[in-house]
This record gives sequence, structure tokens and C-alpha cells, in this order.
Amino acid sequence: MAKYELKDDSVVVIIGSGAGGGTLANELCQKGIKVVLLEAGKRIEIKDFVNDEWPMFNKIAWLDKRTTSGSWRVAKNFPNLPAWTVKAVGGTTVHWAGASLRFKEQEFRARSVYGEIAGANLLDWPISLADLEPYYARAEDKMGVTGTNNIPRLPGNNNFKVLAAGAKKIGYKQVHTGNMAINSQPRDGRSGCMQIGFCFEGCKSGAKWSTLYTEIPKAEATGKLDLRPESQVLRILHNDKGKVSGVVYADKSGKHVEQKARVVCVAANSIESARLLLNSSSNTFPNGLANSSGQVGRNYMRHMTGSVYGFFPNEVHMYRGTTMAGIIEDEAINDPKRGFVGGYHMETISLGLPFMAAFLDPGAWGREFTDMLDQYNRTAGMWLVGEDMPRQSNCVTLHASEKDQFGLPIPNVHFDDHDNDVAMRTHAYKQGSAVYNAVGATKTFETPPYPSTHNLGTNRMSEKPRDGVVNKWGQTHDIANLFISDGS
Amino acid sequence: MKKPINRRQFLQASGLALAGAAVASGTGILLLDPTATWAATTTLDAHTTQTLITMCRYVYPHKVIEDAQYGKTVEGFTKKASTDPAFAKLLQDGVVALDAAANGKWIEVKDEDKLQALKSIEPSPFFQTVRGTLIGADGPYNLPAVWKQFGYEGSSWQFGGYLARGFNDIKWLPAE
Repeated sequence: MAKYELKDDSVVVIIGSGAGGGTLANELCQKGIKVVLLEAGKRIEIKDFVNDEWPMFNKIAWLDKRTTSGSWRVAKNFPNLPAWTVKAVGGTTVHWAGASLRFKEQEFRARSVYGEIAGANLLDWPISLADLEPYYARAEDKMGVTGTNNIPRLPGNNNFKVLAAGAKKIGYKQVHTGNMAINSQPRDGRSGCMQIGFCFEGCKSGAKWSTLYTEIPKAEATGKLDLRPESQVLRILHNDKGKVSGVVYADKSGKHVEQKARVVCVAANSIESARLLLNSSSNTFPNGLANSSGQVGRNYMRHMTGSVYGFFPNEVHMYRGTTMAGIIEDEAINDPKRGFVGGYHMETISLGLPFMAAFLDPGAWGREFTDMLDQYNRTAGMWLVGEDMPRQSNCVTLHASEKDQFGLPIPNVHFDDHDNDVAMRTHAYKQGSAVYNAVGATKTFETPPYPSTHNLGTNRMSEKPRDGVVNKWGQTHDIANLFISDGS
Repeated sequence: MKKPINRRQFLQASGLALAGAAVASGTGILLLDPTATWAATTTLDAHTTQTLITMCRYVYPHKVIEDAQYGKTVEGFTKKASTDPAFAKLLQDGVVALDAAANGKWIEVKDEDKLQALKSIEPSPFFQTVRGTLIGADGPYNLPAVWKQFGYEGSSWQFGGYLARGFNDIKWLPAE
């Protein structure tokens, strides 16, 4: 592994080692570029993973305090946990389910296709599906996505079989075990899926793609990567020409360290990426870095989500096997006749008993609630996930008074569902329930969204600098050597 | 002459941390209010403990969960209370409030009255502390013995996952 000097201003600094940052680090290292990869969390390896929900949550989740506001139920039930993301090497790729879907063509042209929607801040992307297709193809190959590159799909587990049987009964056609970045057979030095059932707790077999044990070790093997875990970036610095010149981070001991850089790439997930730009304000950039548009932190999205659980007379054991290898694609279309624009997917999901209790109906108690848990063994579950509307007012901002352990303002996450999100969720709940009812569910339950796992939109891409934060290359409109390299 | 402040006013004025310090040193509060029935203690009395265990069962009732398993959560409360007087007070006062809501000893009233009393204190920090603990990592749903009672099998990687152990063994679905 490389070790670069703090004053070496020829390195590229990448902030965050997850899907965006970890992947970028490897791609740059493969080209011989010197990379310093700064990760706020620890390096927790596969051997440290346990098949146990609460201990893993406490080990890997991003638990630094955040606050919430807005009418979303998360603000009521989980006021300090707006998002369920990871603070560890590999970032949220340690926790993710592996579902690897491409955008649809019309989703790049949301403003043109959906038209003007009141209360939404829609914008066409400055890139098209055709632009991205070659990159999607490379990513699917590198990640080993099932259903692409002649990689067989995963076998369906019990939870999938219930979903698929119900889906077919009510006429859905596009039902399969998904495009999953989980090896269905050994590939790329990693084993095939053992149907362990703890995808969210870190994949114990390594069958699921995570930068932790794919891109990062490959980058290390080039001798070009200087990975520094437990290094939380506090501020991005710039010079008097308005170019970024380095970062200040807190190391393991809490000491502030300055690392010079020729380029800085921010990939800290939507909440922290926006917060970092806002916390890096200066006399030259009083509203935060790369924020001449005022869009940094705005248009925060989390996907329209929700879950439906179905309760059956006979056993299902939904927790056995790959958590999210099961999908219904028929509703992922734009058909405004349904009462909303955009579309959604239904995917299998399962929670262990501890998380089922905590997330099935947050805040609920009493017999009606426990009757559902009593049927844990006879429960099937699906997650609903669709497009949500970008809104100016849904945003990550700096808290006016509360500070973190480094003395910096903590983030507040404000979210109100758009009417379109509500209409889509209502439709998805109804369809999801119909799927389970078609195969004999005695009861179905509509679970509200969990703390957000798909955090998006806070540094959005735009053709014109006034509409967004980055151009079609992920380069900020305002600062040529500052890039945003994640889903924000 | 100025009326001596009562315990509640004292706590409000001093803040819980100071109250805790006073309790820990064993001085002060009782002198301020010699009529207080409240004991400056961090040990939960039997009535409080028993009420809490029963309350756990009424908040999250399951036939398959044993009293001793709800009791584990209450053991955790007892442990925390032993070093945290403010927490001990929250629980003791909470049980007093629950008894008051039941117009008697809550533990002795009829089922429907028990539920009604619980409902009436639902928004209180006491109720939400008990409920939130039960549903979290320190509650019965996180006990491996309870997992078995619900048919949840827990950690599977050490057995090779479910690849050869029934991940797709469902038989009752209608034929296509």
C-alpha cells in the first residue's frame, strides 16, 4: 500500500470509500494515479461480520447525531436516524442488498416526459441512457450482476416464491430474482451465494459485491492507493485562485490533519457530501463550496419506499436466503393513468425477528401488533421502491446550534412527501397487498418507510450551472478540480 | 416564612444531574422536604419491579415469551437504575403514575382497565422508555431463546447458510 506525504499536492483525494469513492479509487489507481482515500469509519473485514442484526447495526451504521424535520414519519419515529447508511470502509456497499438496476430511458428526461409538476423541481439529466450504457455494461461485469454478462440469476428462495406466485396470479409478467450484484456462482475470486440471509449485516461469504473486498484490495494491489480509515474529513480547502487545494480531516486520535491534493472527489453519501460542502464555506464561498446555484443540499430524495408484509396460514421462513433476490418490474413504467408519474418496483425483503419488531410498525404496541409478530414464521415481505419527486424544500442543512464531536454543525434532514410520492405509495401498497392476497394471505400490513437507505439528489447534475451543482462529468460547475462522485 | 420547596420543584430547579449528585451523596433533599415519602434510592422496590414485568407483557403480549424473558429487560432497568438515580426515579414515578391511572394498584385491576391505564400514559417518557427498550436491542426480541420460540433461526453462515437447508423448501403454494 502506498503512503503519500501530507504535503504531496499531486495526489487525488477521495472522500468516502463506498460505491462511488471505492470504485473511483480503483479506477484511478489502475491508471497509475496516486490516490489518498479518506474513510470516516473503521476497516471492518468479513471475519468481523456477525449474522446478528443489532450488533452489526451498532458496528457499522452511521450513528453520528443528525436531526430531522418535516412531515415524514421517520422524523417522528427515528428523529435522530434519518438515514440507514454505513460508517466503515466499503461504506454503504457493506449493507446494501445488491439490487443493480439501470435507469430507464425516460427517467433521464423526467422534466420533459412528466412535464411541469407543482411543488417539484424536476430537471432533465444532461446525460442519456445511451451515454451511460457502456459504463453500465462495464459496471455490471465488474460487479458480477446476475442476469447480465451470461451470469445466471440467483435461485429463488421461499420469500421469492410467494411473491412470484402472487404476482403471476394477478397478471404480472416481469417477475424474476433480479439483477443482483451477488455471485450466483463463484466469480472474480469470490464464492457463490450460500443463501445466508444476512445481506444487510455484511455478506459473510463475500458473494455480494462490496468495495470493501473487491475494488479496494484491487486498488491496493496497484501500490497506488493510500487508504486511511478513521479519517473523517471536516473541511475542503481552497487557494486564492478558487481551486481546491486539500482537505482537513480528523484522524483516529481526533488530531486535525491537512492533506494537500490536486483534485478532491467527494463521495460521502448524500447527507455528508452536502454537509461537507456547506461546512467548507469561506470568505470566497460564503454559502459553501460549489454552491453558486444555491442547490447544495436541496432536492434531497430517498426513493418512494414502503413495505408490505403478508401473513399466511403456512410457513414461509422469509429470512432464509438472499434478502432481495426477487423483483416485479411491471409497475416500473410511466403511466400517469395510475394517478402519478414515474414507476416503482416491488422487491423481496425480509428482516430478522429483532428488526421486524423494531421496524414493522414503529411506535406500535399491544395485541394487534404482537399478533403479527407471532406469525413471524409465516410472513412474506416485499419492499416498494420508486422514483420520488425532487423538491427545493426537501433538504440537508446545517443545524443552527447543535455541533458534532469535532465542533462542526450537525446536519438536519427535512423531508415532506410530494403528492406524487403519496399517490405512488398508495398504489404500490394496494398492488403489493393484492399479490399476497392472491396466494391466500390472511392479513397484509403496510409498513411505512424505514430510515432512508437510498439517499439522493443533494448535489445534483445539471446542464446549466444555475440549476445544479455538477456538470455531466460530476465536476462541480464552480470549481474545476472538485468533483462529486456519489449518488448525491 | 418561605414555604420549603418540595421535591419536584427542587428537581426542576436543580436539574437532574444535580439531583443525582445529591442522591449519591445522601444529603440535602430529605432535609428540604421532610414529609417526602420518596426514598433517595437507586434500588427499585419489589412493587415497581413486578409492575414493570407485567407491564412488559401488556405492552408486547406474546404467549410464547416467558415472564423471565420479559424480566431480562427489567433486569436491565434495575442495573441501569443502580447507577442512574434519574432513571430510577423515572421508573418509580412512572409506576406511581400508572397506579394512579388505574385508581389502585395497576397490577391488580382487570385486563381492560390495565390497557386503558397504559393507553392514558402512552405519551409519557416513562411509557416510551419501557416500550422503546422492549422493542430494541435490550428487549426480548433480541434474545436467541425467544428467536427459537418464534421460529427464527438466527445466525446461519456457520451452517453454510440455507443453500442446503431449506431456503426454497416451500410446498404449499398453488401450482402454476
